[in-house]
Amino acid sequence: MLDIIALSLTAILVQNVVLVQFLGICPFIGVSKKTDTALGMGMAVTFVMTIAAMMTYLCQKLILEPLEIEYMQTVAFILIIAALVQFVEMFLQKIIPALYSSLGIYLPLITTNCAVLGIALVNVRSQYSMIESVINGFATGIGFLLAIVIFAGVRERLEFSDIPKPLRGFPIALISASLLALAFLGFQGMKIGG
Amino acid sequence: MWKTFKNGIFDQNPTFVQLLGMCPTLAVTTSLINGIGMGLSTTAVLVLSNLLISLIRRLIPQKVRIAAYVVVIATFVTVVDLLLKAYLPDLSSSLGIFIPLIVVNCIILARAEAFASKNKPLPSFLDGLGMGLGFTLSLSCISAVREILGNGTLLGISLGISTPAIAIILPPGGFLTLGVLMGIVNFVRERRANRNA
Repeated sequence: MLDIIALSLTAILVQNVVLVQFLGICPFIGVSKKTDTALGMGMAVTFVMTIAAMMTYLCQKLILEPLEIEYMQTVAFILIIAALVQFVEMFLQKIIPALYSSLGIYLPLITTNCAVLGIALVNVRSQYSMIESVINGFATGIGFLLAIVIFAGVRERLEFSDIPKPLRGFPIALISASLLALAFLGFQGMKIGG
Repeated sequence: MWKTFKNGIFDQNPTFVQLLGMCPTLAVTTSLINGIGMGLSTTAVLVLSNLLISLIRRLIPQKVRIAAYVVVIATFVTVVDLLLKAYLPDLSSSLGIFIPLIVVNCIILARAEAFASKNKPLPSFLDGLGMGLGFTLSLSCISAVREILGNGTLLGISLGISTPAIAIILPPGGFLTLGVLMGIVNFVRERRANRNA
């Protein structure tokens, strides 16, 4: 139990997916202009990432390793994620239309979110078990959600600031992200569970 | 021909103008050698996938084109990954998972969709080369700045800076360097536009 808490806290704060590991920067910068859209994107990513962690784990253990074709990993994982996103989209549309209408437009964007593939690869490289992989996927998604919502809050404020013209738009957003990353660097001192 | 090639390096630079491929741009640019390695690996994949997609563009059904592009790209990424592991193991281990993650680098899919699927093989090849070198150039700039300021070295050679700012090599420095360099690029472009007007 303690291991699971340690693993989740590490994934959410200490090794924050966006601000420390630099995965999923595109949606982090692209969909963070408003807090509510950021929240939608964060939830969609968490959802897909959790399921993707499980599916890629099963694929690795049941297909790639028994057949000794681990070199097909990249191709196999990206296809799984693309198919999964499509499937989740259809599933939500039929079964939970309310959730679909709030997450709908973000779902297709997730295929090219490198955080999802990144976490799948990290899980395999760290030799996590099934449970650990799923927990890591979920916690990383929560870490993404946390980072993007905080960042969107900062950017909403930036709209009203007087910024030098060449820095307007993306440059100032990146510089703000830098300060946010500096804050998250403070968690590096925490070593949880070794 | 020359224009297609030059387009990617300056006017439509993938990093500073189109803001594509941000993850590797920030993550691996902690030293110049990593930046160049990442840039050239991406260029190799970009050139090969552009060429192949352009050659088979009439064979791919419209509806499954994205999936087809992803498979082509993933195949070349696997090739590059295995080659790096075999011949440059040090570079391969310092770039880590960012080599397989070239698959989801939006520059490659964007060029496949926007250029290679509509053009003949030779222009697609040049477009891939131009975009790739533009990406390599931006990564080299960012990683050179970060290595000099953050580590006091360039290509591993000490420059005699006694107290380097380590934060520049850490994640916050990545965002900061890219933000400031982008600001400088905007400033220069604006001045040039004003002068021409």
